[in-house]
Amino acid sequence: MIPVSHFLIVAAALFCIGLAVALTKKNAIGVLLGLELMLNAVNINLVAFSRYDPELIRGQLFALFVLVVAVCEIAIALAVILRVFDHYKTIDPDRIDSLRG
Amino acid sequence: MELVAFYFFAGLAVVSALFILFTRNLMYAAFGLFLTFMSVAALYVFAMADFLAVSQIMIYVGGVLVLLVFGIMLTHQHKAGESTQANYVEVENGGMPFRIIVSVAFFLLLVKVITGADFELAGSYVEQKSTLQQLGIHLMTSHLLPFEIIAVLLLAVLLGAGYMAFNRIKNPGS
Repeated sequence: MIPVSHFLIVAAALFCIGLAVALTKKNAIGVLLGLELMLNAVNINLVAFSRYDPELIRGQLFALFVLVVAVCEIAIALAVILRVFDHYKTIDPDRIDSLRG
Repeated sequence: MELVAFYFFAGLAVVSALFILFTRNLMYAAFGLFLTFMSVAALYVFAMADFLAVSQIMIYVGGVLVLLVFGIMLTHQHKAGESTQANYVEVENGGMPFRIIVSVAFFLLLVKVITGADFELAGSYVEQKSTLQQLGIHLMTSHLLPFEIIAVLLLAVLLGAGYMAFNRIKNPGS
């Protein structure tokens, strides 16, 4: 069996890479890629701890719900990004600044 | 042997995630995300979550990634002097050094917390075959309310996303 701390380290690495992707990409879809990485990293944690709860497997159930909510988030975010693209002709988050005073 | 395979898939996940971070082509980033999702599914198998591994492949690789590639292609604008190759979608990475330092610092903090935590796990590790039956039973008994709520959420998302995309076609540019 693999110790749980190995899973936690891998998940931490994926989470931080996702954070860096979400911060650096100058494209709203690039930011979404980073968000997906972060959600996956969190799911790894939940599933890894769920091994120690074999009766109720609450971690896996929670991970399942996270999976569905992540899919909802992507669907809505892409619809919003398409509308933003129509309006601004760009999806660079730095250049969508109509509310700036 | 199991540990070697685990390290292989963990390394694959991290390397392809780093590839997403450093590539300038958004299409290649989507392909890197594909590799990461597959390796994460493999990690789920190592954590005895067979059903989640399969749903990860079906939902993320089959659904989310196709959606993302559609989004990349629909919002792509060719700039002058850019390669006109079909799968080349260049995107800038801004402020790399500072933001990567922030992420690395956060990673080191997390590693310090994880290695220094020294927690006792309440349950005991049990080798088991498949969690599919338990998942189904729990979804229909103790977790019935969240299950129904998530069904309503999916319906709302379906309607909302469809509504936004539909209006977009009817009056473009508004």
